[in-house]
Order: sequence, then structure tokens, then C-alpha cells
Amino acid sequence: MTQKLAPLDGGLPAAPDADAPAPPTAPRSRPLLRAGLGLALPAVLLALWHVLSTAGVFSHVQLPPPLTVLEAGIGLLAGGDLWTHVGISTQRVALGFLIGAGLGLAAGSFIGLSRWGSALVAPTIGAFRAVPSLAWVPLLLLWIGLGEDSKVTLVAIGAFFPVYTTVASALRHVDRNLVEAARAFGLDGLRLLTQVQLPAVMPSVVSGLRLALAQAWLFLVAAELLGASMGLGWLLTDSQNNGRTDRLLLAIVLLAVLGKLSDALLGVFEKWAVKKWA
Amino acid sequence: MSSSLLSSEPSSAGPALHASDPGAPKRAFSVSFEHVGKSFGSGRDVHHVLHDVDFTARPGEVVAILGPSGCGKSTLLRAAAGLDTASSGRVLIDGTPVSGIDPRCAVAFQEPRLLPWRSVRENIRLGLPDGRGRDEGGTVVEKLLRLVGLTAHAGHRPREISGGMAQRASLARALARNPGVLLLDEPFGALDALTRLKMQDLLLTVHAAQPTTVLLVTHDVDEALQLADRIIVLGRAPGAAADRPASITTVLDVPGERPRDRASEILAELRVRLLGHLGVDAHHNTATR
Repeated sequence: MTQKLAPLDGGLPAAPDADAPAPPTAPRSRPLLRAGLGLALPAVLLALWHVLSTAGVFSHVQLPPPLTVLEAGIGLLAGGDLWTHVGISTQRVALGFLIGAGLGLAAGSFIGLSRWGSALVAPTIGAFRAVPSLAWVPLLLLWIGLGEDSKVTLVAIGAFFPVYTTVASALRHVDRNLVEAARAFGLDGLRLLTQVQLPAVMPSVVSGLRLALAQAWLFLVAAELLGASMGLGWLLTDSQNNGRTDRLLLAIVLLAVLGKLSDALLGVFEKWAVKKWA
Repeated sequence: MSSSLLSSEPSSAGPALHASDPGAPKRAFSVSFEHVGKSFGSGRDVHHVLHDVDFTARPGEVVAILGPSGCGKSTLLRAAAGLDTASSGRVLIDGTPVSGIDPRCAVAFQEPRLLPWRSVRENIRLGLPDGRGRDEGGTVVEKLLRLVGLTAHAGHRPREISGGMAQRASLARALARNPGVLLLDEPFGALDALTRLKMQDLLLTVHAAQPTTVLLVTHDVDEALQLADRIIVLGRAPGAAADRPASITTVLDVPGERPRDRASEILAELRVRLLGHLGVDAHHNTATR
């Protein structure tokens, strides 16, 4: 740990201390190869699907071949309906996720940092968390009605809990020394939260956000299955009622792709956040 | 500010860091401990740590608080910072009692306690008092970076610099607050011996540039002798049980101008006395003198 104290004028070139730890280098990874490997299994599944449906193992009503599903998609696309369904579902997820995650962050911060708040509120929130998503639907329809608000509310409920839980429990374990030092320099309340406590738990916050996004899609389908006139969940029930297995499968594939895409987007944010705060 | 700041003559240090700032004049406040006691726990589990600590540090004075580990040195310092409150008695800074985190104090801890996600520069900026313009604050931070020799590493994260550098950043953060009282809680205790000596010289330079009152908690007798105007020894009365609270056992004036000759005979004599107060045998052969 020897080091030079002089010079202090910064005039000499920055000779890094020999004993200063080197910045951690990321292990070499080949992103293209990884992406290729990740796509291998879907390709195999697609081929299996094609073989099973064309070889007559399942009837076309039970399992239409992939090309039929693609045609159904093109048909919906041509009619302009596909964008409506995808658009409205994405909008509901985005809005509900933002609202739910925001509230989850606020509630998690309060309960994670206040012992009294935790004792008072945490058990009740825990009980609400145990209510299955579908159980909310009739009540929300009754109270808020059939409109967008009830769907966004349900998605927000779904996004709330993962963020709330991860933030509250992570904040209980922030390095006390760090918080004390920040307090000694006059930070308190909201400034302490935003400048020290939340940044310190950023990795947990982001993993909570990813869980919340998955839950948001889950709750979206629950909201749209019952009482909706458009959206991917509605496409599921509508296709079921009309025996359109091709559209049904299309909706499922679209949900998978959208879920994965939005998660990947959040993954990019996670990489950036962890690099900035960890 | 130039490299002369860290020359062997701290008295030649440049103008005070905050001198250009009319809102923040040079500050050095007195610190008075009035019959301060501290106990932790309650009922049958109560543990008395400090009892009737009573002394006053004069403005601009460097006072070392010396004592064995667990004697409540840090507790005393934390009471002055407002991080803890005394169970009995009170702490006055510049004549007014401390209640809560005190903006007139700045603390440097044994660990650097830097925010790992911020650069060295941004960590020092954290120490700036509220209500200061961004440009003005930036100037102070750059001066402090030069003073502690971290200009070249200002953009680094704390994990990318050595322990000694992190501790210098921690010291600069405390100075950024333009404190009237600088509280140092074994700030060099975790450093290796050589780095520690260099940090002690740096502290003297800093004190010359910004002549604030300094309370330095340490368990290093030589460090106390090298840096302090006065040394306060905390400890239990001789023969007292181990669970008795500690108090001031000795107050010692250290003679001579700083920086002091580390090989001085007077200091050697004082060292023996201090070690005696701390219950350590100095193995000093008095017969040969």
C-alpha cells in the first residue's frame, strides 16, 4: 500500500499506483454465438411442431401447422387488427408496469426503511399479495368498469408486488456505515434515499423490475381474458370461441415474443444500471 | 495552490481553501464536553461506557484522544458529531449545544466509507455544505483534490484506488464541508505503517491550510505525539473492574512546534509515560540514564 503523496499539483502524468486494484475486466463472451445457441431450441421446437401437425399425429383443429399460424398472422395484419391487439396490450403493460413499479418502489422504500411502517403495514400488504390475480378481476370490473382503467390497474397490481418485496428487503441490508457517513454529511430523508440507499440496492431494484415486468404480462392476460374487446388476451378467448386454433397459437407466440423482447429491453437497462451503480 | 502545499514546511501552505468564499470564512470552534456520560442498553443489561468526561478543546487546537480499544473514544467523537447523543451531560460547539447532525462538524471514519458508485471527485463533492453554487463548489473540490494529491485520480471509482488514497479522499470530503471542527475517528488505523506516517504529515499540511479544531481519536501513541497540541487519555481508574465506565485519566500538553522530530528525546520520554497510562510496559531502561 505504499504510495507517493507528492506531487500534488497534478503536473506529472498520472502514474497509477502499482498496488491499486485493476478495474475488473469482463470475461470474454461471444454474443453472436450465444444468441445463435439461444435460437437453436426454438428452431427445433418449430420443426417438431411442423412435423407433428403435418404428419397427422394431431388434427389441424388441435394443432395447425406453423405456416397456417403465420398465414393467420398475415391475415390479421392485413386487416389492421394485429397492430391494434399488440398495441393495446403493450400499452396496458407499459402503463401498468410504470404505475405499479413506481408505487412498489415508494412502498418498498417506506417499509424497508421504517421499522414502525414495516410493523404496521407489511403484514397487510403480504396478505393482499397472496390474492391470486384472477380474483381481482370481478371486483375491478364492478368498481372501475370495463374500460382501460381496470386493466391497467390489474397490471399495476401485478407489477407492484415484486418491486415492493425486493426493494423493501434489500433496503434493510444497506451498509450501515455508508448510510451513517452520508448522514454525517447532512443527507437525510429523500436525498439520503435517492443518493445513497437506492443506488446501494440498485441491482436488487432492477431484478425486482424484471420480475415485475413478467408479472405484468401475466396479469395483462388475466385482465384481457375476462371483459375486454381487444388485446392479445381477448384474441385468445375470441379464437377459442370461434375454434380458430391458428389465431390462438399466434396469440401465444406473440405473448412469448413480446415478453422476451420487453425483458431484453430491461436487461439492457440492467447492464447499464449495474455498471453505473455497482 | 501549488505543490509547495505538501512540502516539509506546512507553515508555507497557500491561502485557506474557502477564503475566496465570503459565505464560508475560516472557521475553528471550541468544543466543550460537559460531564458527558454514555451508556448503552437499559434495565439490567445497561452498559456504562463513559462517565463524567469533562474538557474543552480550544479553537484551532489539535487534540488527540488516546485510549485502549473499547474505552469509548469513538463514542465521545460521535457525540460531538451528533451521530450519537450523550446519556448525561452535553457537548457544546462554539458555546451552543450539539443536537442532531451538526453542520459545523465533519467526520472522517476509520474506513473511508466512500460511495462506491461515485468517482473520487463526486465523493468529495458530497461533503460540500448545502446552498453552495455548483461552480463555487467545483472550485473548492478541485483545490481539495490538489491538496490531498488526488487530481490524477479524480475520475476513478473508490475500488480502483488504494486504501491510502481512499482515506485521503475521505479526508478531502470532510474538509469540503468547511468544518469548524474536524472529527477524525482513527482515520489512519487501517493503513500500513509507511502510509500512516505520510498521512500524518498530510494532516499537518491540511491543518496549516485550513486551521480548524481537530479531535483525533487514535490508539497510536506516536501518532498522538506527532500531531496533537494536547493528548487526552481515556481509561478506567487503576484497579477498576472491566465493566466500569471510562473517563479522562490524564491530560498531557505536547511541547514543541509541529512537525516534530520523530526521534526527539522529549517525545520518547512522553511516550513512556503515555504507555504507562495505557497499562503497557515500555521496557524502558531507566538505569542507563
